[in-house]
Amino acid sequence: MSTPRHLIGAVLLLCLSGAALGEGPDLGRLATPEEITGWDISIGPDGAGLPTGSGTPQRGELVYAAKCLPCHGANGAGNPNDQLVGGIGSLTGDRPAVKTVGSFWPYSTTLFDYVRRAMPLNAPKSLTDDEVYAVAAYILELNGIIGKNDTMDAQTLPRVQMPNRDGFILFHRSK
Amino acid sequence: MSGKRFVGSNLEPAAANGLLDRRTLLQAASLSGASTLLADPAGAAGELLVEPWMRELGSPFTGYGQPSKFEAKVVRTFASAPGTTGTGSSRTPLHRLNGTITPNGLHFERHHSGIPEIDPDAHRLLIHGLVKRPLVFTMEALARYPLETRIAFIECGGNGGAFYQKDPAPLDLQALHGLVSCAEWTGVRLATILEEAGVDPQADWLLAEGADAASMSRSIPIAKAMDDAMIALYQNGERLRPSNGYPVRLLLPGYEGNMNVKWVRRLKVTRAPTMTKDETSKYTILLPTGKALRFVFPIEAKSVITAPSPGVGLQGAGLYEVSGLAWSGYGKIARVDVSADGGQSWAPAVLQEPVLAKALTRFRLAWRWNGGPAILQSRATDSSGYVQPTRAALIAERGTRTIYHFNGITSWAVGEHGEVRHVYA
Repeated sequence: MSTPRHLIGAVLLLCLSGAALGEGPDLGRLATPEEITGWDISIGPDGAGLPTGSGTPQRGELVYAAKCLPCHGANGAGNPNDQLVGGIGSLTGDRPAVKTVGSFWPYSTTLFDYVRRAMPLNAPKSLTDDEVYAVAAYILELNGIIGKNDTMDAQTLPRVQMPNRDGFILFHRSK
Repeated sequence: MSGKRFVGSNLEPAAANGLLDRRTLLQAASLSGASTLLADPAGAAGELLVEPWMRELGSPFTGYGQPSKFEAKVVRTFASAPGTTGTGSSRTPLHRLNGTITPNGLHFERHHSGIPEIDPDAHRLLIHGLVKRPLVFTMEALARYPLETRIAFIECGGNGGAFYQKDPAPLDLQALHGLVSCAEWTGVRLATILEEAGVDPQADWLLAEGADAASMSRSIPIAKAMDDAMIALYQNGERLRPSNGYPVRLLLPGYEGNMNVKWVRRLKVTRAPTMTKDETSKYTILLPTGKALRFVFPIEAKSVITAPSPGVGLQGAGLYEVSGLAWSGYGKIARVDVSADGGQSWAPAVLQEPVLAKALTRFRLAWRWNGGPAILQSRATDSSGYVQPTRAALIAERGTRTIYHFNGITSWAVGEHGEVRHVYA
């Protein structure tokens, strides 16, 4: 007596779908590594997820002039939208804080992550990875955080020390 | 009549300047019966007409009902970032609503790159990262899961930001506090599908990402995701509105609105927070020291009087109902006290049932306005014992260099003509 073929198939399918693992109806399907790679655009503060490619401040200045300047102003000075440069020393005192990439953002990786996913506002996800590295390099250079000849890539960007890296305190509730 | 009106023996004062015992309200069916007669705009007193709408056939059916045209003022107000449309926020007209549920068309909005028009058949939810089995869900599959329903408020972390200003902003309730709304949400418990994916015990965080043009993303503690988080499909009985995440959004009861990621399409289980733009450069509380508090997630206990309020004034001395909303991201509202003398004396308000955790709670209290100056305030206490602070106490602790998580007491000054304005007191 041999086990009917269709029964073997059914048992195999159950094992593959892992129905026994969870309590729920298990109606998801397994995602393929290729699908995940295409969707996983988030970059961790350690640089995990940064793509290949690179960019320099000089190249970034050209991208910035074409894609960013109308909203963020010449040299990242802001107006009409967020100021990207300056504000160092403004976090304390009586005058309003000027929170920019240079004065406030704790991680350089966030700059790459955010520009790639959301900018420019009217054409998000239109920049190449090289262009995103370049624009990030330009904004970091304008803020005096990297040099004019520095190149940003998956290795160098996460090593950039942001001025306000230690400017945050983990919140704990007090009554 | 028959004990349904205010009578002298029930009008026990409970605090100075006319606040009455809360039992006064419980025994009264109608305030107008005992208060000053209101002017009748329809014409001469006593003239009850047979109106035109009683002499003609009414309107036909419509597929989806709309409010009366006489309610045209009950709308959201909104502002967009310079040079953009749909990037900014819209505010709920809390002063023109009652009860606790926000109608879907009036729920506040905060969009970072406009409202996407998402085809639900094409939308997918991916769970991946530190899981045994990365899974993809269609919307049809999610709708087949056991669903649950809960009522929860959502409040923008920036609601009340104007209270950090040096001088009181001459604004109404909608402009000051309109970034909070409350709805009945129905969806799948996030823990159910996370368990199916098999979360690595070393994972402490979850990145949630939306399918809008900004791919808005936030890091969520895995403990919250496994506790009471929901993948919401329905809002007040109907599918989510596009402006609130259609076809599917993350609901994190009690957590600041920004984390309740709309149009959610990806959940990545991670060991550490991703440090996205919004959780580093935006939703942090800058202290006077120059350091900023990070990961301030639940909304602390808060309350505000909705009537009277600016634009919702009084018409002559007499009996009124002081009514408002209270909420806490840490649990239920335990009590609300009301003051009519700027916080010198307090009287406990009636809490309207049901009082639900992490939901708006309506409070009410009878007040006899004597026509003189008054400063109305409300003060919430939640089930954790936390008491809503005065603005001065909050600022003494936190300073004025932030715009986030203001939950101090709001003060409404009542003028001699019954007009109401926002003051610091």
